[in-house]
Amino acid sequence: MRTKKRTVAMLLAGGQGSRLGVLTKKVAKPAIPFGGKYRIIDFPLSNCVNSGIDTVGVLTQYMPLDLNAYIGNGQPWDLDRNDGGVSVLPPYSRGANDEWYKGTANAIYQNMHFIERYDPEYVVILSGDHIYKMDYNAMIEYHEQKGAAATIAALNVTLEEASRFGILNTDEDNKVYEFEEKPAKPKSTKASMGVYVFTWKKLKQYLEADEADPNSSNDFGKNIIPNMLNAGEALYTYEFAGYWKDVGTLQSLWEANMELLLEDSPIKLNDNSWRIYARNPNEPPVFNGEDCEIKNSMVCEGSEIYGKVEHSVIFYGVHIGKGAVIKDSVILPNTIIEDGAVVEYSIIGQETKVGKGARVGASEEVAKAFCAPGKMTGYMAVLADEITIGDGVVVKPGEMLDQDRL
Amino acid sequence: MKSTMGLVFAYQNDEQMKALTQKRALSSIPFGGRYRVVDFALSNLVNSGITKVGIITRDNYQSLMDHLGSGKEWDLSRKNGGMYLLPPFSQPGFSGSNVYRGKMEALLNAANFIRKSDSENVILASADCIFNMNFQDVVNFHEEKDADITVVYHQTELEEKDNGETGTVYTLDEDGRIVDVAINPSPALMKGKVNLGISQIVIGRGLLETLISECASHNMYSLHRDVLQRRVHDLKIYGYEYTGYCAKIDSVASYFDANMDLLSADIRQALFYQDRQIFTKIRDESPAIYREGCEVKNSLVADGCIIEGTVENSVIFRGVRVRKGAVIRNSIVMQDCEIQSGSQLEYSIIDKDVVIRENRKLFGYKMYPMVLAKGSVV
Repeated sequence: MRTKKRTVAMLLAGGQGSRLGVLTKKVAKPAIPFGGKYRIIDFPLSNCVNSGIDTVGVLTQYMPLDLNAYIGNGQPWDLDRNDGGVSVLPPYSRGANDEWYKGTANAIYQNMHFIERYDPEYVVILSGDHIYKMDYNAMIEYHEQKGAAATIAALNVTLEEASRFGILNTDEDNKVYEFEEKPAKPKSTKASMGVYVFTWKKLKQYLEADEADPNSSNDFGKNIIPNMLNAGEALYTYEFAGYWKDVGTLQSLWEANMELLLEDSPIKLNDNSWRIYARNPNEPPVFNGEDCEIKNSMVCEGSEIYGKVEHSVIFYGVHIGKGAVIKDSVILPNTIIEDGAVVEYSIIGQETKVGKGARVGASEEVAKAFCAPGKMTGYMAVLADEITIGDGVVVKPGEMLDQDRL
Repeated sequence: MKSTMGLVFAYQNDEQMKALTQKRALSSIPFGGRYRVVDFALSNLVNSGITKVGIITRDNYQSLMDHLGSGKEWDLSRKNGGMYLLPPFSQPGFSGSNVYRGKMEALLNAANFIRKSDSENVILASADCIFNMNFQDVVNFHEEKDADITVVYHQTELEEKDNGETGTVYTLDEDGRIVDVAINPSPALMKGKVNLGISQIVIGRGLLETLISECASHNMYSLHRDVLQRRVHDLKIYGYEYTGYCAKIDSVASYFDANMDLLSADIRQALFYQDRQIFTKIRDESPAIYREGCEVKNSLVADGCIIEGTVENSVIFRGVRVRKGAVIRNSIVMQDCEIQSGSQLEYSIIDKDVVIRENRKLFGYKMYPMVLAKGSVV
């Protein structure tokens, strides 16, 4: 017999994250490394466990191999359970019309039987794109209190930012009367964070209706939420005041990493009451060589530092050679920066090699003077996973490489 | 390889360890920034394909149990085999309630566990050794030689010990068979390199059971004296040479030296970057933060640390806070300690949860590092 669960969480992890350029060439966005030892998906997964949600479906589609291997049986997040736990839910062929997930709502629709197994009261819909710590349980309690059909977590943004988000217009009681996707003239500053609590019975009804509509794009923001509003369902916003960062672009990914270095960092990773769990690389402590110099940086176990590191985040298994200089950069796992190489204002992919005396990127000021604006990388240089930069080779700021340059 | 199980002796003679074993067994002393001594023996067994491991404890084993948990970090939380804790219990004819006089007596306590196993070989591993060895090679050697017992040794010069326990030295014939066993010989009589045992032994399960009951019925208890030495001529005992890095933890000085050895790239390579990982309990700490103005040289720093001061030639465990102006040299600082500003440490071993208050100075000496007990506030 299966235990009835009050809440099932569904984590949408199928996004490609095309604005992250070469970094998502081989991995889906939720599997992108973050903060020295984590991956983006560690945040929603840890939030679930810390909120007492022990049944999580992870919906994958794009480049799932790495993500599947990373989640495994869910043990690092304490999600290896007899009943529930974490399940990876890829699209699969059913009946006559084999299909991929057509949209976020369709992805949930295709996995309705997974949710039904647990006969839940509530379903939490999450995405794997954001860095934040949030108690979903408090939100569910609020949802229950309001007797809502759906509750949408909302963040107060500035009026300028508001036109980049889905904006929720509400009355004084936080009851939503209108939802506008990226409005040119926003009426409110309550931005949807892409975190939803639904009463399962209601959601099921709207998912089925949405699926029957051939003109629908099967998306929560575009279809399900407006349809519920039009039908007069009770939708509420739940205000979230903590740190929340969309890491969907190279620039914001870099920023979020750098924010961890602040003395009063807005997101505390060593908070015992709300730990962020990750699959552990199991490597020895950081070795700091005789002539190394590390300042204002985060360095993960398993790396060996012989050079100079300033204002940077260094992941596990990284080797920084003698005389090498790393500044304002993020170096992803198992990458080798050889002796005398200089890396400035860059993101370097996993298992990449930067040869002796090579030069990658330049300081933000220099880059701004030489580099045309409007590039995907901003003024950064970005190297893909598993490539090699030869000895003495130069990679200019603003460049994004996904092939060897020898 | 025939089916093999492991038995780990997780208690050791620890009177030379001072405050480090006040509240824990030697095998659970923190080591190398994030490990415990037992991780090495245990990981070696697991990496050699052994999935059934009994842990023989004697006293002070609460900290060890806490560290091992269900064994899942070593992949030993299993349906078939896995990890079994074998704490002492009293039984008829057994001399002490919780103190074993020797390993054969300890094995008597595990006799049931051994009898019920269907493994053909048993590895008797001692958890006081920092090494990375493939036991499969030893078992293959054991079978090739058709040996009764195979003991692992490494070649080294014999060192003087305060308590006279210099170890077991083997003399081998050309075939590798042991012809003489010397227990705690005087280093003065042993010039040059000797074959020093590292207490990792392979033996057939049937023979082990026989020897356990023979020893019990003759009131004998020592594995080295009553089995290896006494039976050297009537059993086929072979020696297998281990050529990798190996450090035995049997005193504060040897513990200190073994930690400092990790500052050598070659030794780190040999211990951690083989195909065989050393597993340990996971703490889920964020990576270490190095603040403006810190200076860290020739040191190991684990996850969860916040470093604002100076650290040289030292091993800093998880979650340690080194405040501005604090200076740590040639020292070992265990997890969750706080070293406040202006304080100085030299040749010191600071156990877990210690607070060194502002401007305090602690100096040990290279041969006699100062040891601060767990939880002290200075």
